[in-house]
Formats: sequence, structure tokens, C-alpha cells
Amino acid sequence: MEEMVCIECPNGCVLTVENKDGEIIVGNYKCKKGITFAKTELLSPKRTISSIVRTVFPDIPVIPVRVSGDIPKDRIFDVIEEINQIRLDKRVGRGHIIIDNVLGLGVNIIATSSILINT
Amino acid sequence: MKEYDVIIIGGGPAGLASAISAKDEGKDILLIEREVRLGGILKQCIHDGFGLLRFNEKLSGPEYAEKYIDIFNEKKIKALTLTFVTEIVKEENGFTVSVVNRDGVTNLHTKTVILATGCRERTARQIFIHGTRPSGIFTAGTAQAFVNIYGQKPTKKCIILGSGDIGLIMARRLTLEGAEVKGVYEAKPTPSGLTRNVHQCLNDYNIPLHLSHTVTRVFGNSRLTAVEVSRVDENMAPIKGTEQIIECDALILSVGLIPENELAETLGAKLNERTKGPVCDNLYMTSVDGLFSCGNALHVNDLVDYVSENAAEAGKAAANYIKSERKLLEFSVGENLLYIVPQSIELESDLSAVTVYFRSSGDFNGKKFTIKVNGDTVFEKKYAFLRPPEMEKLVIDMNKFNLNMNSRIEFSII
Repeated sequence: MEEMVCIECPNGCVLTVENKDGEIIVGNYKCKKGITFAKTELLSPKRTISSIVRTVFPDIPVIPVRVSGDIPKDRIFDVIEEINQIRLDKRVGRGHIIIDNVLGLGVNIIATSSILINT
Repeated sequence: MKEYDVIIIGGGPAGLASAISAKDEGKDILLIEREVRLGGILKQCIHDGFGLLRFNEKLSGPEYAEKYIDIFNEKKIKALTLTFVTEIVKEENGFTVSVVNRDGVTNLHTKTVILATGCRERTARQIFIHGTRPSGIFTAGTAQAFVNIYGQKPTKKCIILGSGDIGLIMARRLTLEGAEVKGVYEAKPTPSGLTRNVHQCLNDYNIPLHLSHTVTRVFGNSRLTAVEVSRVDENMAPIKGTEQIIECDALILSVGLIPENELAETLGAKLNERTKGPVCDNLYMTSVDGLFSCGNALHVNDLVDYVSENAAEAGKAAANYIKSERKLLEFSVGENLLYIVPQSIELESDLSAVTVYFRSSGDFNGKKFTIKVNGDTVFEKKYAFLRPPEMEKLVIDMNKFNLNMNSRIEFSII
């Protein structure tokens, strides 16, 4: 039996994970998110990431961004590399898509602040 | 002199939530913020995980703050930004608040004040590290502002002292920005931050966590060149012979947060030894009549969701404040509790849903949070696990307890 920390919420449940004849049995969870998390974590771990993109505007040199959904854990640095290529030259707001379908992973990179338009 | 019902000091999540709820009571509100923009420290907390309790969404810090700023603006609440409070004076019918900004010095009068001043990071000066004084030693929050607001890289190779949540978050953030984080060193035998952050910020990136270790010396003249780390004993004293030199250009500190209460102290508000914030009742009023406190100025919360929640309650209470004789029943803190907020209840107030926040003093499995009135157990709740870094919240109907000024009410974990 393996132990695993669920990262879905601040509870941080220490899940127990067991492989019984090919079926994954999850224990010690406080909510159903724990079961999904444990199974995904075993088969193909996923994460969300946040970063910044550079802008051409001297008053606001960077704006915060994040992925709109989970990405495979082993692609984190590839996605960061894509984000680092951007030089934003339009004043866009929160929720604006900065990179559409990044690396074909099915999620977007979105702006998480309206700091460029509310200045 | 301008006259307000409520003046709120601080435009972070606590100030915003308290202003919105006070405004909803139909009162004249003014919020004072020293920075250019509202939002407080959330502006630089670009990682996600905010709002899970309140919005059932995984938002980043700026998104969470801007949701509140949008409501604040829709309600046309008045705010003074780039404005410092220099003094608050208690008077017969309220407070005079002196502020300084580009218009000069102004005095404002208000019936009540809400302190939503947040907390501050403990600095290198406060943890007594020996050695030279090179640049390259800064708090995790400063490193976070460099990277996330100014787009600067403050380090190529660093170590982090302290395992508070911001330190863990910055370990990941700096790694994503291409820096090498050689390790996180924690003097205590257990991590200070949330378990999930140890997992998703350190383990995911193979950043080692060294428990029972601390920095004992720093080296470098103009810039930090190396640090000496040592193992510590159970009293957190460094053990001779365990010293190790690590080359790095930055030492990042995540060694604790302290509620900011300089203004509260000048007004004579009693502070609580355990929370380091003012003592308060269930309406978030401090020991000074008409002076309220909320958010991280009151006690350091681990989730902004809780900050917004208690700030909204404080805002409502301040808006509806009517001067009267207080009938406070103080709580006593029993075994295994690190602290409890509030520390008393106003017996004349509505006690049907009293929110209680608490932390345990150690790691416990399967113990019960217990309330005793005059020695009899009147409430208990079992927890599978309790850890000091993870704050718990309960809403309790205290009408059932039939409390009066002679009751003895004790909270403990047994």
C-alpha cells in the first residue's frame, strides 16, 4: 500500500492507494476529488501552473498568467518555455487568451489580471 | 471635518471584503490604502488555489482580488489610495484619523475603524544570523515581488530558510524561472507550510527539504556567496560539527508572519500573546470600543477565503455598531490548543452562529475539539488529524449553552 498527498484542496489528505488485481483502491479521502486525484496521479499525473508574460509596456513589465486547465506534469517546463516566448503588445484583461491550445495540450494560457487595462 | 460611519485601513482582501459588507448595511464608508492599487499582497501571489472554499474555483491571487475589486467599484465605495494613516485618536464619539497623501495632511472623523492592515514577514534581523551583511538576503515575499511584479530574477542559485507556505511557493516559482533552489531548510522537525505545498512545490521539482536544520552563518561582501547550515537539536540549538557550506547567491527567508498592529497598539488595543493580533469578541471588536480587526491583522490565516469571510463579518458588525456597555464573556484556552479566535463573546449579540477559528498546538490524530461550560462538555467534534499549520473553522450555536457572565467556557483538544 502506497501513501499519497492529495493536492486538490488545502485539507491535504494523506491518501492510501492500493492496486488490487488491477483495480486501484483509494482510501483515507475526505471527498471524491481524492479518488480521482489518486488514480490520475498513478497513471498520468497532472498539474496546473502559473507564471508571468513580459509586456512591451514600461509601466507594467509583466502580467500574471495561468493554464486554463490541467496539463501533464512532465510537460510543465515545455509550457513555461512557450510562455517565456511571448512579448505582449496589447493591453488585454483578465481571462484573455494569451496562447490558444498551448502545445496542443487542449488548454489555454490566460491572463489572470486586468492590470494592463485598469491603470 | 469629513464624517464617516466606517473607515477601513488596508485595501487587501480583508479591507475589500469588510468595505463591501459595511456598504451593504447602507453606511458611509471610506477605505484607505497606502499603495497605488487595491488588492494587497494577492497582486503578487500569481499561483492558483485561492477561492476553493468561497467560489469553488481554483483562482490565482490577482483573479481573487479583482473579483472583490470589481464589486467594490460597482458599489461605488470611496477609496483613497497612495494614502498613509499617520495617527488615529480615540474620541468620545469615534475616532479622528489623520492621513497624508498628495493633497497634504487631512483629518477625517469616523464612528468606527476597521484595521485590515494584514501581516508582515519576519526579516533576517529578527532571526539573528551571524556573518557579513551582503545583498542577496531577502524575504520570500520580496523575492515574489521581484519575480511576479517587476519581472526581475533575484537569484540564480539559492537556498530557502523556513518552510512557510510562501517559501514553498517561491521554491517552485524560482525553479520555473530557471533558478536552482538547492534546498529548503527548516529548524523545526515538521514543515510549517501546508502538506500539499510540500508536495506540489518541493517534491514535484525534486527540491530537498531539510528538517531540523538552520542557517548559522552567511558569507560574502557585496553579494552573498555562501551560507553555512547546521543541524539543530530539539531545542533548535545548532549542533557543533554538523556545519556545511553551501554556495549560493541568495538566501530567501520564509520564517513566519506577524500581524501588523502598530496602529492598534497606539490606540491601546490589547494584543493576544498567541495570535500576536488584537484580542477580539465574536463581532471582531477589539478591547477598544468601536475599533475592529480582521484578516491577517487579527491572526495569520492560511487561506484567503477565511480572511474574506471574517472581514465581511467585521464589516457588518462595524457598520451596525452602537455604543453600549459591553458584556464580554472570555474564553479559556485549554490543552493542545495553540490559539482560538475570537477570545471572547458579546453576550448581548446574536450567538446562534458564532464562527470559531483554531489551531492545534501539535500534530494529533483522532482527537476531539471540545467545549466545556462550567466543566460539562457541551460540544465536541472529532478530527482525523490536526496540525498547527492547518487552521480549522467551526460555526457553533452558542445560544444552546445558556451562557451568562458567571459561566466558565473552556476550549480544548482532548
